Amino acid sequence: MDSGEQHLSSFLSLALVLAALLALTGLTVAMSYVDLGRFNVPLTLGIAGTKVSLVLLYFMHLRYENRAVVYSFLGTIGFLAIMISFTFWDVAFR
Amino acid sequence: MAGGHDQTGSRIGMWLFLYTEIILFGGLFVLYAAYFHEYPRAFAENGRELNRVIGAANTVLLLISSFTVAASLTALRQRAQRLCMGLLAVSLGCGALFLVNKYFEWGHKFAVGLYPNSPAMAGAPAGKNIFFGLYYVITGLHGLHVLIGMSLLALSLVLVHRQRITADRVTILENSGLYWHLVDLIWIFVFPLFYLIL
Repeated sequence: MDSGEQHLSSFLSLALVLAALLALTGLTVAMSYVDLGRFNVPLTLGIAGTKVSLVLLYFMHLRYENRAVVYSFLGTIGFLAIMISFTFWDVAFR
Repeated sequence: MAGGHDQTGSRIGMWLFLYTEIILFGGLFVLYAAYFHEYPRAFAENGRELNRVIGAANTVLLLISSFTVAASLTALRQRAQRLCMGLLAVSLGCGALFLVNKYFEWGHKFAVGLYPNSPAMAGAPAGKNIFFGLYYVITGLHGLHVLIGMSLLALSLVLVHRQRITADRVTILENSGLYWHLVDLIWIFVFPLFYLIL
């Protein structure tokens, strides 16, 4: 970490992440043909969130990143959550 | 750290820039969500106009290109320069195919009159206009990011070839890769929101 060297991901682990991402894409497309009522939106966004986490953790090396990046990233997501929740606080009870 | 080259600092700088991109697209997604709340039926109805198969194909293209970019970094660090360049070329190819698909998609929509202020859209209900307005703004801005990302990857490819990017000096490739992954991240949300909803 001190040298600024990044974690070296093996080709195999990257390929496994790709396989998982493609499988989740297949799942979410298949699900879109089935009407799941009010679970449609949460499930679809849940799968998207899982895919995004995989890309962040393994392709973008967030899992092996130093603390400055990890905490500032979480801070950004926190602000995004505030923006979304306050907007809906307004929109939903108007 | 030879030559005052600070890899960690460069990476933190890139991440800071990516946060501004996350908030930029985050704002657009909030806009989408607020209007989806207001016009759920119009959004679901018009979402069916979009071609799920092309959307899924584009998702797969971006996921594969993200993998090849991540793998190109591993290849470079293992001093496999040719493999690294090959993987970057594949990523560029995927990005180009993505844009070709987008061209046909947008072209088809223009052909059937689904574009802002077209004769067909001018009299259409507000929900439809807002859905396609958001569709063009978000996929358009994302497409612009694909173009920029491809330029950065092409630059990296040239610099790897000239041995300006090497196993000991990966910053430009690493940061271009981070940008490309972000383009992929955004698409992972754009795809279900527009094509699969609901």
